[in-house]
Amino acid sequence: MLQPALGARIASGGRCLVPYLTGGLPQADPADWTTTLCAIADAGADAIEVGIPFSDPVMDGPVIQQASDEALAAGANPAGILDELTGVDAGVPLAVMTYANLVYRFGWERFASTMSASGVGAAILPDIPLEEADPWCNAADAAGVETVMLAAPTAPDERLERIVERASGFVYAVGLLGITGERDELASSAKVIAARLKAVTDKPVLVGVGIGSPAQAVEVCEVADGVVIGSAVVRRALQTRSPEAVAELVGGFRAALDAG
Amino acid sequence: MGEPDPTGRFGRFGGRFVPETLMPALMELEQAFRDAWADGPFRSELDKLLCDYAGRPSALTECHRLSAELGVRVLLKREDLNHTGSHKINNVLGQALLAKRMGKARLVAETGAGQHGVATATAAALLGQECVVYMGEVDMARQELNVFRMRLLGAEVVPATSGSRTLKDAVNDAMRDWVATVERSHYCLGSVMGPHPYPWMVREFHRVTGTEARRQMLDATGSLPDVVVACVGGGSNAAGIFSGFSESRDVDLVGVEPAGGAAVGHGIPGIVHGMMSYLMQDEFGQVEEAESISAGLDYPGVGPEHSHLADSGRARYEAVADDEVVEAFVLLSRTEGIIPALESAHALAWVSRERAALAGKTVLVNLSGRGDKDVAQMMDVLADRL
Ligand SMILES: Cc1ncc(COP(=O)(O)O)c(C=O)c1O
Repeated sequence: MLQPALGARIASGGRCLVPYLTGGLPQADPADWTTTLCAIADAGADAIEVGIPFSDPVMDGPVIQQASDEALAAGANPAGILDELTGVDAGVPLAVMTYANLVYRFGWERFASTMSASGVGAAILPDIPLEEADPWCNAADAAGVETVMLAAPTAPDERLERIVERASGFVYAVGLLGITGERDELASSAKVIAARLKAVTDKPVLVGVGIGSPAQAVEVCEVADGVVIGSAVVRRALQTRSPEAVAELVGGFRAALDAG
Repeated sequence: MGEPDPTGRFGRFGGRFVPETLMPALMELEQAFRDAWADGPFRSELDKLLCDYAGRPSALTECHRLSAELGVRVLLKREDLNHTGSHKINNVLGQALLAKRMGKARLVAETGAGQHGVATATAAALLGQECVVYMGEVDMARQELNVFRMRLLGAEVVPATSGSRTLKDAVNDAMRDWVATVERSHYCLGSVMGPHPYPWMVREFHRVTGTEARRQMLDATGSLPDVVVACVGGGSNAAGIFSGFSESRDVDLVGVEPAGGAAVGHGIPGIVHGMMSYLMQDEFGQVEEAESISAGLDYPGVGPEHSHLADSGRARYEAVADDEVVEAFVLLSRTEGIIPALESAHALAWVSRERAALAGKTVLVNLSGRGDKDVAQMMDVLADRL
């Protein structure tokens, strides 16, 4: 489970690092994407978000879109990715990040139980807001799967309270108005949303979207309990196709966060 | 065709499946629309624009030569005569006024054939708003004329370069823009699709077509039509005209989809672009790429109310192939001196194919747009015939 693992890191005074990797992304032979997954875990991730690629990822920017397209072209599909994860022991909790239609098509209950059987303990579904969450959350709860809810800077306080109430695993603070992708500077909204969430919950609050450098991660972690690093990791994976190179990047984030 | 339920559903379809960032904006939009729609001065301002600027009411034309040729009495609701050349202007004037009322000075839109983009660029010019239109790269090539019109009107046209590089991808990019600019932008969605309140709001802005057509039919023929036919991409022109007749159970409602983009015909329920609706998708839930000669119908989904009308049996949805559409495009041009939009030619193609079954009936076709935008594309298709 994510929440205990992240909670332990926070309790010991540390900050959480959750990298994102596109499931099924082709890597250089003989590595495959699960090799990269394990390398990222060894490099100091506290948990890993595995993207299950969707044809129309509206929350994603060009880097993750490209990775999704490549993975799809290479034959990636939800059942296949969950199946590949079944044999993998990364040593850290895993979450899937994907879009509503893939889960709906699979079947809410069947997806939750298949996740659970594959050893994936949490889901992040960015196009299922609170109002539409019941069918999924009920299925997830029944299967013992955590649902990470997203909280955006546009939400009024009253809405944030309802979101954190429903969230498990962690609360995903969307760092800026926009889609995934690195930015030159940390958006001013990142610390603000983290602080607003910290004021209303004891659950781990991790900021994602728009965090591309270790310095930005450290800066936002003055307020937040941790960070999700998506496009920076995927960009490195696309450019190098090398588990070692991706692990090196993740290791850099780990070291920066540990140094504070 | 009434209001959706409080979750934005028509039967089991609809809803709001969007990134959390947009939820407050959708709620604000719903409230703003409710207020405006109940507000006399807003309605008068919109009616005045529809009349003095867009040219409403649009004519109802009885097609004597076409009717003789088919053995079916055909009348056309002439949305092609609206300013900018299609039904799209009805919805856009409504949304642009609403955006102004909400204090949003930037309009974001997606477009397939370019008609919605042109309408949005037009309204933005009229009301002094900034305008950005996303359009698939493939569609930009086949609808060059409309790309130029949008730019001339002062809009920025941004190519959508992912996926099939058509309408579906333009919608994705417009939604991404809106996620980033929601505080100052209004997403001027071009059909009865997307998250609640769009399907309902856009249908209400197009209701004027159905209201006029009902009255005009009674004036012209003394009775209601037996069948009302309209093409369906997202389904806004169809929803507009259906809304005038849906309460009259003896009137058949027929939506015509392109064979390569038949969401109701070939789709199963799915979730994309903020809505649950019939969707063309593969076994894993990946959205399939539609393929149609008409850019405006090249869409793998359909508005949720149409899915509900199909499920409840109130309307039926038929598909026609590109070559039938080309024949209908030529037929209307030759018999009536009206060059239809390729989209609208889908509705005519169905009437032409079903002429035996429709013999002796009165059929009202929503001619959603004029064909000027398609002429360059059809010069190639018809090169060896003309
Ligand atoms: C003339 C015309 N008709 C129909 C459509 C399809 O839209 P809808 O299905 O929403 O009416 C378009 C879209 O571009 C169009 O230009």
